[in-house]
Amino acid sequence: MLSGLREMGRAVLFLGQAISRMRLTKLQVGETLRQIYYAGARSLVIIVTCGFFVGLVLTLQTYDTLTRFGAADAASTVLALSLFRELGPVLTAILFAGRAGTSITAEIGLMRATEQLDALDLMAIDPMERIVQPRLIAGLIAVPALVVIFNMMALLGGVFFAVFVMGNDPVSFWGNMQNSVEFGRDFLHGLGKSVGFGFLAAWLAVYFGWSAKATSEGVALATTQTVIATAISVLILDFVLSAFML
Amino acid sequence: MTEPTQTDQPAIEFEDLTLILGGRTILDGLNLSIPQGQVTALMGPSGAGKTTLLKLITGQLKPDKGRVVVNGVVVNELNSKALNQFRKNVGVLLQNGALFTDLTVFDNIALPLREHTDLDESLIRRVVLLKLHTVGLRGAAKLYPRELSGGMNRRIAMARAMALDPGLMLYDEPFAGLDPISMGISLRLIRQVNEALGMTSIVVTHDVHEVTKLAHLACIIANGHLIASASPHDLAESEEPLVRQFMQGLPDGPVAFHYPAKSLSDDLLGQGEQHA
Repeated sequence: MLSGLREMGRAVLFLGQAISRMRLTKLQVGETLRQIYYAGARSLVIIVTCGFFVGLVLTLQTYDTLTRFGAADAASTVLALSLFRELGPVLTAILFAGRAGTSITAEIGLMRATEQLDALDLMAIDPMERIVQPRLIAGLIAVPALVVIFNMMALLGGVFFAVFVMGNDPVSFWGNMQNSVEFGRDFLHGLGKSVGFGFLAAWLAVYFGWSAKATSEGVALATTQTVIATAISVLILDFVLSAFML
Repeated sequence: MTEPTQTDQPAIEFEDLTLILGGRTILDGLNLSIPQGQVTALMGPSGAGKTTLLKLITGQLKPDKGRVVVNGVVVNELNSKALNQFRKNVGVLLQNGALFTDLTVFDNIALPLREHTDLDESLIRRVVLLKLHTVGLRGAAKLYPRELSGGMNRRIAMARAMALDPGLMLYDEPFAGLDPISMGISLRLIRQVNEALGMTSIVVTHDVHEVTKLAHLACIIANGHLIASASPHDLAESEEPLVRQFMQGLPDGPVAFHYPAKSLSDDLLGQGEQHA
């Protein structure tokens, strides 16, 4: 318990340092764009595939359940609301932690082990500025963008099942969804959450990489911690944000 | 060996330096002066605190007692901003080179120039190519460190350390793991760069044979103290037991071959087994 609190304290101090030493230079912008590509664009395959199948299975289950109550028409509404409000941001953040978060942690951990962070320090280049900040900002930008793509693919999966497999009318599928989903309350709230989740996922990934022991076991442990800590904290933050937003 | 130009003021002075790490005394009241413009070798048994001395020079560690004075600047009293300013005049070659694996050779060397100078890209390109030419790797500018051998990576790291033309170069085990050809090249480079640029160089090494070809001054550190400081030739002829053991590579002497343990008979004849 105490060690958990200590770790949290260290992570908060680390974040404070990273933010207080934030500096916007041309080099920083270039590095941040590069990190957005590494963390965001390279996560597209997993996000697109998982998004499509989540939409598919969600529609299948919802359609089956709602048909029992004679409310099959509401399947598209349930799909969109669950995606925009909860599943899209939460699943994307957890997938991001598994794909990009672990990669960030391992990269920084190995930089520590191979003295690359020391080399930066010795060249009077702040590793916080050069390594940590671009990855933090990349997470903040990449996750909301990935959430939008995840939601889009999940809706496509839903349409595929409802329209092409079950033979429903596409106009009523989209019409019901548009009538029931509010842009601000449902879509934007979900997007707002994803900004928080993206920041959290990137923060934990860089923190565990930064504090990893400079050994192979240390780096392996740090990547595991990233996934576990991100999954748990995203779910906790999701509850807190949902409670405030509803 | 050509004699370097010297000034009266030493480049580096360690004054009554004490450092305790993890409850272990690494340096115990060490005093040492390193002259300007020379190549100085720091030698000693493993764990004697040689790399620690380099970290004290760069301000990565702070002593528990004493001062580290580099060209009149007390390094251990600098704040982080002043320390960064100070580090721009110090080039460090780390043990494994520590090149950035996601950057090309060119970008690795250009990094400090882009961070700390206002040179435009065409000038940076020229400076980088000249540095690479000095270490014989101009043709490898577009390659990544993973595409080159360990010895070549070490030379590129050396070019990066020299990028800002520092007045002080620190080399941590520059010959470790190198084949004889790479070692010869590195040795020649360290000497040539030191003489051509008039810098002060400190080399941490175990390689007694190479030190005689490279260094103007060799210092042996053991048990937290400076044991000897003289020209490599004088050290080789020293009768001091620890210096003799080190210079001649003798297995036993003041530095014991065996890790502290109970007697062999106790361990083999049963008494030790109960506790093993």
